[in-house]
Amino acid sequence: MKVDAEARQRLSAFLVTHEEPIVRQWTEIAARTLRGRLTNTELTRQVRDVFGALQAVLGADSDGEIAGAESGESRGALAELSRAWARQGFTPSETAGLVFTVKEVVLGLTESGQAELPTTDFLLLSLVVDDMGLFTFETYTKTRESVIADQTEQLLELSTPVVKLWDGVVAVPLVGTLDSARAQVVMEKLLQTLVDTGSAFAIVDITGVPAVDTQVAQHILKTVVAARLMGAECIISGIRPQIAQTVVALGIEFGDIVTKSNLADALLHALRASGVEVVRRASRDKAF
Amino acid sequence: MDRVPVLKIGEILLVSIQIDLDDQTALQLQEDLSDRIVETGAHGVVIDISALEIVDSFIGRMLSTIAAVSRVLDAETVVVGMRPAVAITLVELGLSLNGVRTALNVDKALEILAEAKQVRGVGVLTVRGSDDVPL
Repeated sequence: MKVDAEARQRLSAFLVTHEEPIVRQWTEIAARTLRGRLTNTELTRQVRDVFGALQAVLGADSDGEIAGAESGESRGALAELSRAWARQGFTPSETAGLVFTVKEVVLGLTESGQAELPTTDFLLLSLVVDDMGLFTFETYTKTRESVIADQTEQLLELSTPVVKLWDGVVAVPLVGTLDSARAQVVMEKLLQTLVDTGSAFAIVDITGVPAVDTQVAQHILKTVVAARLMGAECIISGIRPQIAQTVVALGIEFGDIVTKSNLADALLHALRASGVEVVRRASRDKAF
Repeated sequence: MDRVPVLKIGEILLVSIQIDLDDQTALQLQEDLSDRIVETGAHGVVIDISALEIVDSFIGRMLSTIAAVSRVLDAETVVVGMRPAVAITLVELGLSLNGVRTALNVDKALEILAEAKQVRGVGVLTVRGSDDVPL
């Protein structure tokens, strides 16, 4: 939406004349909705930033559009504010609302007779502010999305440790729901560890997996078969009673894959299969 | 045409595939290997595929066939060093190489073959002398 140069000049002049009362009232109204989550000085600074951005958009060398080529700096200021608010946990309405408040302030000033602004000019101001508000909203959403994407990635890295239990025995304790993306990461990491350490046994412990449906079972089975293809044996452990019942009810066949109810049994099985004998030493008083 | 060498080490044949196999080379290898098993009387075959980045369904079937053929000729086949990416691809393709034994590295493969040899009792056959007391 283009605003013609003359109207922009009038609006810009209006804003310059009434800068102090506008910023003061703007801060007051914004502070009411934020209820002390930001200090007054900080809020005033941010309001001034938005005010500056508004002025820049209306300025002589701009074309009156926040999306325009000339408004790079105003965009930058708004985007930074919006990102900061998104990170601090403000709601999207609060963030966009901060920008929209200027309309309320200007309306209040003209109604109380402290300032004069023709209706058409007010409507033009409103259009520009709407644009800015929408831009703020968009940046806010983008920031949120990037935060979520980052967290998803971090979660993937966090949740798939491969631990060495014994010479030639590694284990993956799975915690949390297993979806395709995670299953893929787990599988790749486990297989790579098998190659790196030359381990002949891998234990997949599913104690921390809340539910096993056909899809999850499919992922686990694929991992087991892939490990077998590489020449390692894979044992599934940590199968809780409910899960065992679900698995049977769903008709999932584990075939000749070794399953154990807990990690200790699985480790013992791996040790025995690799030729390690585990013996409990007789206590002294029994021995003599 | 490229040809994959078949090396004899003791009683074992070692095939290390270093190039991406085309179908013709794969079939040639299959033939060469069965010839060599009969020729040498080997009791074990180790196929090293650690250099292979691509294993398609044809190569997968070739491995199964080689295993089956050598079993008929009384030799155990162990496929060695499959890369994780290759293993994942084979699983996604639904090929689990049934009947093929696998090992992480050549060392482990030799262990498996040694065990298999013991179980089958190859080489413990002795000719009984005349002074043995008959039961």
